[in-house]
Amino acid sequence: MPPVTETPPPGHKDDATDMAAALNIQKGTSKLSAYDLRDPNADTVERHTLAVIVDNEPGVLARVIGLFSGRGYNIDSLTVAEVDHTGHTSRITIVTTGTPAVIEQIKAQLGRIVPVHEVHDLTVEGPSVERELALFKVHGAGEKRVEALRLADIFRANVVDSTLESFVFEITGTPQKVDAFAELMRPLGLKEMARTGIAALSRGA
Amino acid sequence: MTQMTGARMVVQALRDQGVEVIFGYPGGAVLPIYDELFQQNDIRHILVRHEQGAVHMAEGYARSTGKPGVVLVTSGPGATNAVTGITDALMDSIPLVVLTGQVPTFMVGNDAFQEADTVGITRPCTKHNWLVKETDKLAETIHRAFHVATSGRPGPVLIDIPKDVQFATGSYVGPREAGQGHYHPQVKGDREMITRLVEAMETAERPIFYTGGGVINSGDAATQLLRELVDATGFPITSTLMGLGAYPASGKNWLGMLGMHGLYEANLAMHDCDLMINIGARFDDRITGRLADFSPGSVKAHIDIDPSSINKTIRADIPIIGDVAHVLEDMLRIWKSRGRKVNKEGLARWWAQIADWKKVECLRYRNSDTVIKPQYALERLEALTRHRKDRYICTEVGQHQMWAAQFLGFEAPNRWMTSGGLGTMGYGLPASIGVQVAHPDALVINVAGEGSWLMNMQEMGTAVQFRTPVKQFILNNERLGMVRQWQTLLHGGRYSHSWSEALPDFVKLAEAFGCKGIRCDNPADLDDAISEMLAYDGPVIFDCLVEKHENCYPMIPSGEPHNRMLLGDDTGEDAIKAGGAVLV
Repeated sequence: MPPVTETPPPGHKDDATDMAAALNIQKGTSKLSAYDLRDPNADTVERHTLAVIVDNEPGVLARVIGLFSGRGYNIDSLTVAEVDHTGHTSRITIVTTGTPAVIEQIKAQLGRIVPVHEVHDLTVEGPSVERELALFKVHGAGEKRVEALRLADIFRANVVDSTLESFVFEITGTPQKVDAFAELMRPLGLKEMARTGIAALSRGA
Repeated sequence: MTQMTGARMVVQALRDQGVEVIFGYPGGAVLPIYDELFQQNDIRHILVRHEQGAVHMAEGYARSTGKPGVVLVTSGPGATNAVTGITDALMDSIPLVVLTGQVPTFMVGNDAFQEADTVGITRPCTKHNWLVKETDKLAETIHRAFHVATSGRPGPVLIDIPKDVQFATGSYVGPREAGQGHYHPQVKGDREMITRLVEAMETAERPIFYTGGGVINSGDAATQLLRELVDATGFPITSTLMGLGAYPASGKNWLGMLGMHGLYEANLAMHDCDLMINIGARFDDRITGRLADFSPGSVKAHIDIDPSSINKTIRADIPIIGDVAHVLEDMLRIWKSRGRKVNKEGLARWWAQIADWKKVECLRYRNSDTVIKPQYALERLEALTRHRKDRYICTEVGQHQMWAAQFLGFEAPNRWMTSGGLGTMGYGLPASIGVQVAHPDALVINVAGEGSWLMNMQEMGTAVQFRTPVKQFILNNERLGMVRQWQTLLHGGRYSHSWSEALPDFVKLAEAFGCKGIRCDNPADLDDAISEMLAYDGPVIFDCLVEKHENCYPMIPSGEPHNRMLLGDDTGEDAIKAGGAVLV
């Protein structure tokens, strides 16, 4: 869970807090309580990774994307594929950013889409692993070509295609690792890049 | 399993769902279904004049009966014309099943004649929608659609049926075999949270019930439980526009509607309360005014079946996700089992404070004996129809709508049909026809403004054809009154395009449609004219010429809090500050 602050929301005067005490309202004691959220007006923007299990039916991805664009939410990364071929369910992994209140609203809005079965916030539900696959096409000759190959080895990237003037590297890792590799390849002749977006799972059994 | 064509399946599935009437308009892509309708007598079809009218009629039918409304329209323009009505139903949580024809599956995507991407267009304005590509899936999809439309937070659903799917033969399944899928929203509220709310109710000094359309959508049990709870606790109650009638207007705890044009005492009580119990309302911006100053000293409980409503704009101290009837039942039981406690002294002081606010008489207006004031017209309409237990009121959108909400009293739920969330001008006339179709012997009145009414006036043809004796009570000020009011308050009285220079003669228009027209412009004649309208056995267009420049008060200007209301005497220009002017 994100750290819980006890700051009353704006507009709540002190007597509201007194009132809550008098009425025996214990803030932040329930999973459902709004006081698990932080101040909705706080401009702290958080990055959350959501896993959404949906029926694999036509238009389901459009519903999810339409929700984000229609309500003005951000999508940093989105991946989707069928993960249960007998039950015909797909897993959509969405990386989004927003204030805590917006993140809560995104999850609630996703949850009410009819073909959505489950919404998991991997960022708050516990430790999780995130991986991304990327392909890089790097042109070069001579010393640059050797250096590209040497760095690829350090990053455990595989060569999946090769000509006398180019390589295609395949790399898997966190988005940060992929970004770092891209930065190193740029001066060495990076021409094209394809990234899958993030797939994520919670750690543990 | 029975084999039949897709078109026959549609009719059979509607029959199995208990549908008695559908509203629609034929066209090329739904002809097979219309052919099936022709060959049966169980389902009545109301032929509208425009597809938007069909959807609003189905909304009126649904809101006055609690049953889902059903619409049948053709592809392309048939579907796009229905979009406004579908969006209206989504905003007001009205259960509808909309069936649209589509070009044959092998032509989808070819820019065929009367092709539109109906599921794409309606995806954001339906609760859910389906394109059915196989006849074998059609019956199951229709049954699932009824389940989705009516369970949880109700809403409109749409099924797009290509013409070849209607012609092809497949196996029919009934509602039971079709199943309901995995969609089962939570209806029971969290017991621990309900107990916490009851504890708060026991000690609160200034509690208030703030109820909304969710109480009415939940059904008759919710209304009965709400009335029992309010009367047993002695707490004051106010309601949104959508929730009027859940608690009777004649009830002793009733404060009247709240919100932008709500009553002074209701808004002040919301602002000053120490315990706000929101039951089936959603803290809409017409209700809250400036968010930062919304009821600053209160503990807020929020009961809603839709988890996304909780904490959306106003944070709930006591959030309860569930169906209103289920939650109220548990609340009452827990409150009774703990000894039916309330803070009697606090409540007495609270009611004394409310009595002071009531002395302001926020609805008073300067009457006239030469010109009909719109408020006076509604007071007389109320006086002459209040005794009718079977009175149903629809409205269009604008000043007349707010005056109707202020001056008409509703004793029962499902008697008040108005476009709340979307604010759709042109809603009331078709909605009144839908209500009358459901209740053929009832008194159905559409309180209208002439601007809104003209938007769907073609539906008078439907009213005449199907002998629905709807009364169109048009408060005609020859102005777009609410637009004009805002131009007065925040645009320096520059009345940009807020009046009509070429209005029709409504009495002649009535004659042209084959119904009765009545005109009244004299307060002294008003009672007789209204009585004439009520006595006439058929549709009536009542042209009530009213004061042209009357503004609707009280009013919370946009961007202001509840305790900064404009009353009838504050008619100054530019009463809304710059910060409020950007709001709608």
